[in-house]
Amino acid sequence: MSTTDVAMPRNLLSIEDLSRPAFDLVLDTAERMDEISRRPIKKVPTLRGLTVCNLFLEDSTRTRISFDVAAKRLSADVITFSAKGSSVSKGESFKDTALTLDAIGVDAVVVRSSSSGAPLQLARWLDVPVLNAGDGWHQHPTQALLDAFTIRRHFGTLDGLVVTIVGDVLHSRVARSEVQALLLGGARVRLVAPPTLLPPSVESWGVEVVRDLDDALPDTDVLYLLRVQQERMHRAFFPTVREYTRFYGVDSRRLAAMPEHAVVLHPGPMNRGVEITHDVADSDRALITDQVTNGISVRMACLYLLLAGSDRDDVPADQRTRDATTGTTGAAGTTEPTEPSGPTTEPTDPTTETTTEGADRG
Amino acid sequence: MTRLLDADGVRRALTRLAHEVLESNGGADDLVLVGIQTRGVPLAHRLAEIIERIEGTAVPVGALDTTLYRDDVRRGPLRTLGHTEVPPVDRRTVVLVDDVLFTGRTIRAALDAVLELGRPSAIRLVVLVDRGHRELPIRADHVGKNVPTALAQRVSVRVAELDGEDAVDVGEPDEPSAGDDEEDQR
Repeated sequence: MSTTDVAMPRNLLSIEDLSRPAFDLVLDTAERMDEISRRPIKKVPTLRGLTVCNLFLEDSTRTRISFDVAAKRLSADVITFSAKGSSVSKGESFKDTALTLDAIGVDAVVVRSSSSGAPLQLARWLDVPVLNAGDGWHQHPTQALLDAFTIRRHFGTLDGLVVTIVGDVLHSRVARSEVQALLLGGARVRLVAPPTLLPPSVESWGVEVVRDLDDALPDTDVLYLLRVQQERMHRAFFPTVREYTRFYGVDSRRLAAMPEHAVVLHPGPMNRGVEITHDVADSDRALITDQVTNGISVRMACLYLLLAGSDRDDVPADQRTRDATTGTTGAAGTTEPTEPSGPTTEPTDPTTETTTEGADRG
Repeated sequence: MTRLLDADGVRRALTRLAHEVLESNGGADDLVLVGIQTRGVPLAHRLAEIIERIEGTAVPVGALDTTLYRDDVRRGPLRTLGHTEVPPVDRRTVVLVDDVLFTGRTIRAALDAVLELGRPSAIRLVVLVDRGHRELPIRADHVGKNVPTALAQRVSVRVAELDGEDAVDVGEPDEPSAGDDEEDQR
């Protein structure tokens, strides 16, 4: 038990909010949280009396349940707002939702939205920590952290590992967060995707782009498969699903082309038979169920780190901001020249600007 | 800064504490030593070594981090979590081991934590230093050294495993502390 000088951001909106020490602190804390999930009583009283709101404006099963379980294992009360069937949308009504949460007196908000930048907007309106559980095409930071945690647990480190990410990078908030988190942890990242499913900005992401999956397999340590997001594809980005499977799907032949130590990750839900075959998904080289289990520990860590020490009555107001400016790449002028340039965020909501604000919060 | 115990003093205190634990327990059977993170953990391991030398019985040793059981989680500063690994405690006598007993709040948290891990037949408390100023009705069963202190003074415990030497010092509030910091003791 000791204190740390590592500055956690006030909110977890993007992997860009995290410095390397904060990233390591999240993963180290998740290791400790994992111990709790192995006990007969999987619960600690840490966040007793605090209320965490799960605001899910877009459908989600595993992320919502994972945050729900994480908050409950820390003894927080959980309320869930779901947009299903209601017409919660952007603008004034979203603000009203925020004001309602404020009036109820929640202590943290977990938000999932189809609008990129919605969590940032919420963080501006609310005085409590906001955790992004996925916004549009923008970011899904806890997914990237749980993947980094899963890889680090398996290999002992992220440093120097070659991670090949395959699939729909364009529509994938997971890919954006994933690349930043893996680079932050010291991994080498490689993308394999149909050219139509690569974002134009990919050159600035600090990753290698490979056209042919089979070329990438022999020196891959971690194969990360993205879901084919059929609900986000209103245009034809590739001719047929069969063709996608032939070029980018992973079957036992492609699994055998990788080194024996290589593992397969998938953020779920899987389209079995499209990006991954049954035998690969169910093989012992797939860490997909570990990812789900680890997701709870990582989200417990995030909730703990954002809520612990958040009452700073003893700190003067002008020093109370907990935004870590070190290591962020969103705010202009704070990027160290030696840092690798990560993928820039592209919030599509015109009301959003950069993802990291200065001292006006807190 | 005044030195209360040097390395020999710490060694003698731990040897006596091991004898006291064995005497009150009637031997080493069914004992589990649980060190409270951070400096209670090496102290628990040393007590186990001494007990093994005396009785020839290896006593299981665990480590307990109480951070998630504190009552002041939201008040700063941010605390990192230590490793928790406690051997089975059901129907055993759990001996909690800590370096400094101060307000008693850490021990309150440790009691809650242990009771969630199982149902021990008894829980005892061993501390290297009792510096007084309790805020809760908690006392130690075995104390290495009782040290009357002023509330503002700092008691610093150093253990060889973490700090390179064994020592217990008491210092004035404005002196820099070398070992365990005040926040941990509260």
